Amino acid sequence: MSAPLLTIEDVAVELPTPRGNLRAVDHVDLSLEAGRTLGIVGESGCGKTMLSRAVLQLLPKKAKLTGRVMFDGQDLVRLAPDSLRRLRGRDLAVVFQDPMTSLNPVLTIGTQLMETIQEHLELDAPAARKRSIELLAAVGIPAPEQRLAQYPHQCSGGMRQRIAIAIALSCEPKLLIADEPTTALDVTIQAQILDLLAREQGRRHMAMIIITHDLGVVAGRADEVAVMYAGRVVERAPTSALFKRMHMPYTEALLAAIPKLDAVPHTPLPAISGRPPDPTRPLKGCSFAPRCNYASGRCHEAKPVLTSAEMPGHLYACFHPIRMAEGIEA
Amino acid sequence: MMQLAVRPAPLLSVDDLVVEYGLGNKTVHAVSGVSLQVARGETLGLVGESGCGKSTLGRALLQLRRAKSGRVMFDGQDLTAMEGEALRRMRRRVQLIFQDPIASLNPRRRIGDIVAEPLIIAGVKDAAERKRRVHEVLSAVGLDPDLVAGRLPHEFSGGQCQRICIARALVLHPEFIVCDEPVSALDVSIRAQILNLLEEMKARFGLTLLFIAHDLAVVKAVSDRVAVMYLGRLCEVAPSEQLFARPAHPYTALLLQAIPVPDPDVRPAESVATGEPPSPIAPPSGCRFRTRCPRADQRCSAEIPALRQIGPGQFVACHHPLA
Repeated sequence: MSAPLLTIEDVAVELPTPRGNLRAVDHVDLSLEAGRTLGIVGESGCGKTMLSRAVLQLLPKKAKLTGRVMFDGQDLVRLAPDSLRRLRGRDLAVVFQDPMTSLNPVLTIGTQLMETIQEHLELDAPAARKRSIELLAAVGIPAPEQRLAQYPHQCSGGMRQRIAIAIALSCEPKLLIADEPTTALDVTIQAQILDLLAREQGRRHMAMIIITHDLGVVAGRADEVAVMYAGRVVERAPTSALFKRMHMPYTEALLAAIPKLDAVPHTPLPAISGRPPDPTRPLKGCSFAPRCNYASGRCHEAKPVLTSAEMPGHLYACFHPIRMAEGIEA
Repeated sequence: MMQLAVRPAPLLSVDDLVVEYGLGNKTVHAVSGVSLQVARGETLGLVGESGCGKSTLGRALLQLRRAKSGRVMFDGQDLTAMEGEALRRMRRRVQLIFQDPIASLNPRRRIGDIVAEPLIIAGVKDAAERKRRVHEVLSAVGLDPDLVAGRLPHEFSGGQCQRICIARALVLHPEFIVCDEPVSALDVSIRAQILNLLEEMKARFGLTLLFIAHDLAVVKAVSDRVAVMYLGRLCEVAPSEQLFARPAHPYTALLLQAIPVPDPDVRPAESVATGEPPSPIAPPSGCRFRTRCPRADQRCSAEIPALRQIGPGQFVACHHPLA
């Protein structure tokens, strides 16, 4: 195994709110090697986006971050703002959920692409322009030269997301963080964008983190998946192990709650009762215990830590892990 | 007139409905000649991507958006010809649930008042009777009336707000509810709760539903039949199982292929979909899907394919349907 490109060590993020401190990320450890894809899956408020912001050092000003984020040998948490800015956009790129708000509406697409390229790479304007056209062509935008003079509102949602990806890829990043990159898009466009990301990742040998609420998005595309719940990683495993031999009841419940295409209509869904805990209140035991079918007294008293399963690379945080020969039907 | 899967007297029958919006000096062809029928007690799923006109169709059924031409018959009465008091009276029997449950509740009003509002509009003057019915529906959707009636919407999560919206839609005991993307804004674990609740309410109150969504798996979970819409026209209508097992329209097949399956053994099909939907301002001639369709030929650009029956209950609007 090569040294990981990214190592997240004991990262915790707290946000002050009028109701007290909110535990957005609760002591998370993760690592990712070059050329690999990590999927981070969880529901709204589970901390998946805050965790990615911690990696990018783009947290809200009042947020309190502890722990270390080692990227390519440097601790991003302690890096000077200047060095960070040089890193972001070049080695460390991001694609956000909503391409309408991540692109500047009053600048042309060409200006936005060339700005990034010229900021980080020593290219003059004609060379940057040439590279912009190549990039737009690479992400599947027809007539790229004409597009350069257009504004974001003249493009569809799918096109805008392609442009955002082109900007992210413009400086050959080592790590691309895609935060819900397809959530705002239609299903046929989603498939195209996911294909595009996978293709460019393979071509550039970059590492990628896909953050999503949709287990379906990571199933076929991530090497490894981390499931987050209430700020913590509750299970982490190579993708096929996670789907076939999950140990964490939350993972099982989440997968079971998705309507399946091969199910007969009007089949009642095994819903997870209740909702996630209030992250401003202190929590004694396992955060999923109040909704868990397997919970015992111990689960409400003590917090389970991430434990290694029999399979290498498979970790789970549960006192009553599911043991099964074969996973539930996906 | 197109007859679709006619069972004894459909509760709702839509005939060649056309809805258009003005946009400057241009026209958005949102719904272009849709005909469908919904039998009493049935759930018809309506699927399509953004901008295909599915929400406009839902609103046009309830006369929230007036059609340019065509008819909407509800229980033997022509809604498109109705106005004023007659229409208001009819609206007690047809209700709507929206996608964003938080935005569709007035943040300054208490839950009890929000749910009682339709009763006041319908002229239920007896306050005790209103309270009784509000309690009945709030309990039905799984909320404790004594606990929630006095509170404000911001005190509730998205899933709970959707329960409140469902309670409000049910309080007049309607016969027909248009559910417009009712679970799209909700998390997976909450989505399952709301889908189950809708099924439960349908059985308990004897409802007929039009279930609009972009997620095929969600639609299949609750629908008896599914209609697939693309750029203002219906592509295919079929019983749920049949549509998913043997899609006849190339667009239905494309939608099915594009869904990410939560199973690592199912490799995502490489680039099944090409291109993007054209603008409804200038829809393609002939078949509207032809610009993205692998089977399209000259006939598809010249001739609008009519919705025709190809199997029991299965209708398709395509010159070159799949097997």
